[in-house]
Amino acid sequence: MQAICEFDRIIPGRGVAALLEDGTQVAVFRLADDSLYAVSNLDPFMDANVMSRGLVGDRGGEPIVTSPLLKQAFSLKTGVCLDDETVALEVFAVEVHDGEVRVGVNSEVKASA
Amino acid sequence: MSKLVVIGDGMVGRRFLEAVTQRDPSWEVTVLCEEPRPAYDRVRLSAFFDGVSAEELSLASDLPNVEVKLGEPAVSIARTSKVVYTDSGEYPYDKLVFATGSYAFVPPMEGADLEGVFVYRTIDDLEAIKAHSEGKRHGVVIGGGLLGLEAANALKLLGLETQIVEFAPWLMARQLDEAGGGILKQHIEKLGIGVDCATGGTKISAASGRLRMETNREGVAYDTDLIIFAAGVRPRDQLARECGIEVGERGGIITDLSCVTSDPDVYAIGEVAAMEGMCYGLVAPGYSMAEVVADRLAGGEATFPGADMSTKLKLLGVDVAQFGAMEGPLSTTYLDPAHGTYAKLILSDDAQTLLGGMLVGDAEPYPLLRASVGGKVPGKLADLLGGGEIEGALPDGAQVCSCNAVTKGDIMGAIHEQGCKDVGELKACTKAGTSCGSCVPMLKQLLKEGGVEVSNAVCEHFTQSRAELFDIVKVTGITTFSELIARYGTGIGCDLCKPTVASILASLSNGHILEGEQASLQDTNDHFLANMQRNGTYSVVPRIPGGEITPDKLIVIGEVAKEFDLYTKITGGQRIDMFGARVEDLPKIWRKLVDAGFESGHAYGKALRTVKSCVGTDWCRYGVQDSVKMAIDLELRYRGLRSPHKLKSAVSGCARECAEARGKDFGIIATEHGWNLYVGGNGGFTPRHADLLLSDVDSETLVRTIDRFLMFYISTADRLQRTSKWVEGLEGGIDYLREVIVDDKLGICGELDALMEKHVENYADEWKGVIDDPEKLQRFVSFVNAPEAPDPKIEFEEVRGQKFPAGSTERSHSTPVALGTPVRK
Repeated sequence: MQAICEFDRIIPGRGVAALLEDGTQVAVFRLADDSLYAVSNLDPFMDANVMSRGLVGDRGGEPIVTSPLLKQAFSLKTGVCLDDETVALEVFAVEVHDGEVRVGVNSEVKASA
Repeated sequence: MSKLVVIGDGMVGRRFLEAVTQRDPSWEVTVLCEEPRPAYDRVRLSAFFDGVSAEELSLASDLPNVEVKLGEPAVSIARTSKVVYTDSGEYPYDKLVFATGSYAFVPPMEGADLEGVFVYRTIDDLEAIKAHSEGKRHGVVIGGGLLGLEAANALKLLGLETQIVEFAPWLMARQLDEAGGGILKQHIEKLGIGVDCATGGTKISAASGRLRMETNREGVAYDTDLIIFAAGVRPRDQLARECGIEVGERGGIITDLSCVTSDPDVYAIGEVAAMEGMCYGLVAPGYSMAEVVADRLAGGEATFPGADMSTKLKLLGVDVAQFGAMEGPLSTTYLDPAHGTYAKLILSDDAQTLLGGMLVGDAEPYPLLRASVGGKVPGKLADLLGGGEIEGALPDGAQVCSCNAVTKGDIMGAIHEQGCKDVGELKACTKAGTSCGSCVPMLKQLLKEGGVEVSNAVCEHFTQSRAELFDIVKVTGITTFSELIARYGTGIGCDLCKPTVASILASLSNGHILEGEQASLQDTNDHFLANMQRNGTYSVVPRIPGGEITPDKLIVIGEVAKEFDLYTKITGGQRIDMFGARVEDLPKIWRKLVDAGFESGHAYGKALRTVKSCVGTDWCRYGVQDSVKMAIDLELRYRGLRSPHKLKSAVSGCARECAEARGKDFGIIATEHGWNLYVGGNGGFTPRHADLLLSDVDSETLVRTIDRFLMFYISTADRLQRTSKWVEGLEGGIDYLREVIVDDKLGICGELDALMEKHVENYADEWKGVIDDPEKLQRFVSFVNAPEAPDPKIEFEEVRGQKFPAGSTERSHSTPVALGTPVRK
């Protein structure tokens, strides 16, 4: 797990982009209830690193982020695109430790979702 | 090629030309037109005094193989040699069509030829009336029928005190009974127009520069400045008479049901035709005749289908409608003098079949009633008469749109088989509602009957429409999304409702759009105050009000673009767009722009974009007003104003319209006396010319009216609804809009003014608000943990001396991408 910023740095209801040590780009979101989600920052439809700048919300209760380019919705829990289930974002582990947000590759996340 | 000569270029003649060239373009057509201008919309003639120009009333269009001879009336016809003569030429024909229309009837009266006495028929007549009315005070209209009321409206628009004199015992005696005529009189007198019925003029004399008309009533005479005869029309059959074609006893060229006259090579259509002895004074039967003859000339066998003489009009702001029979075995009436409404239905003797009726003051049930004539009475009489809720039970064969002959069956077919989901789709699919529009309410009802739910709900989180949310926010004073969704919605929101609410909060002047919780609601473009492009970089557009810019500022833009390596392009809105800015560079770019005096151009927002202008009186030898200054003033007044969709505007300094103002949400065109204001224009996917809202107003009135227009739109439009669709969707259209924001019919103008005042007072540049605020500035980073590290995926290539996103030019050649369609890798 890699620390990326202080928890308070993320505005409730928005995301930030983080650069992991291996060059991976992660989009980390804080919802209004202070829950955190992390997914790949790469929009698979347009091949641009923009997901952290999308709007979050819910669809039928499922937390989602919408691509800021062509507006496809992705589940924040599973990464799956709700408008095209053959496409998905990679999901990352995220936690708060000592007031710091930490992100890491975590294959268990999908199983627990 | 066979030769076709048409005498007359009026509305019916023009419809005929369109029909005949479409069906059989092999005819070589010559049109002999007495007036100096081609066909125009005579039905809307009085709009001429409401600022609509002769050009705008024109119905002329270029048609193949059609030559129109303007100002060249036919003077005689040699039927044996088949030639029509004018003063300057001769035109042989194989077939001849009379479309000469009518002339205004002037009863034989002493003094009817005096200066200051007019008829009401052509644009020339109107121009003469307008010229004569300058500086005058009072006018008399002789005739209280359709035409008379139109003429009275015209005099009122010219600012004259107006008196109607009608020989019949009540107004519109052809369409209404005594009670209906009485209610109509009540409405018209309320407008300050005098009405004397059962009164006839007997003599006109001139005295000390004015006119005096004596009447058949003891001691009643009128001193006035001008008199208009609008007491009916007569068919113009003189030419036919002279060449021996049979005419009716009471005038009109006799034809059979195929419009053929007593000469088999000569047809007559429109008001001049006496079809089986009957003349029709309405345009719709004339159009039917035009279609019949076009069909016959193409080898068809069409006959006149019978005329629907139903009429629905708004006369001097009063709804009047008449349909079907005027009299019958049974009738039932409803009279409400308090609200000025009257309704009468004519029924069969068993009271089961509707035969006809009339409505005054409220014509809402008209489409349903008209469509039901000859069928079952479509509801409870009390509901039909008293304006109650009526559940439609029309038979499939009932005609819903009489202009285009569309039945209920056609409409239901379009809904069920072609999947039409709204009025616009029905119009495109069936043509219903595309001419006079009176059946549009009926179309809405049929959509409902067809099970089409029209939901305005913003999204799954709010069942309310945008307009309802706007009202809620305004009334409750709620300033946060979280409170709004907790109290009035469900869930946590989405990319539809969040920006909508953000826009509403911004329209109601709630501070910087990135302040506090509002920051979390903004779409990415608003969040970064720039437009995201396909590779995740942004474009930057500083405001250049009215398109006017100093050389120094141009240099600053050039220097900024050079320093940050940005692609530059001139936009359609007279400003400069800089593309390819990385998110972390935006604050640095704007620091330089703000220091040089630039402000945000809001190219990223659903907000005012630009107010284009031509150079106006400053430089142009044709300009009549200072269009540049007006454009700058308007752009500065409305900059930053958030709205349901983007807003565009333009100001042209003269009627040449170089700024293309009529393609804008609000467009202004200078006149010699002030400004004309047009609203609801659009370019884009569905181009639409803006409608004239006001004419010849001063700058102050202009700005006040635009204030109200914008705030009324912002208060009531749907999400992403441009002003064009909004204006089209208003019941009552542009007239209703004028009643609300000019006449203050709803009493809301004070509030609209206050909302705009608040916007103007609270405006602050959004970019200045960011670069002076460290907390907001820290959002503009590539990575939260590596603020200055550039995203390595963003790459450019050079084309035509500038940079483009890598692969973009290739992409445009190899795989075309439909806009808005997701592309799978």
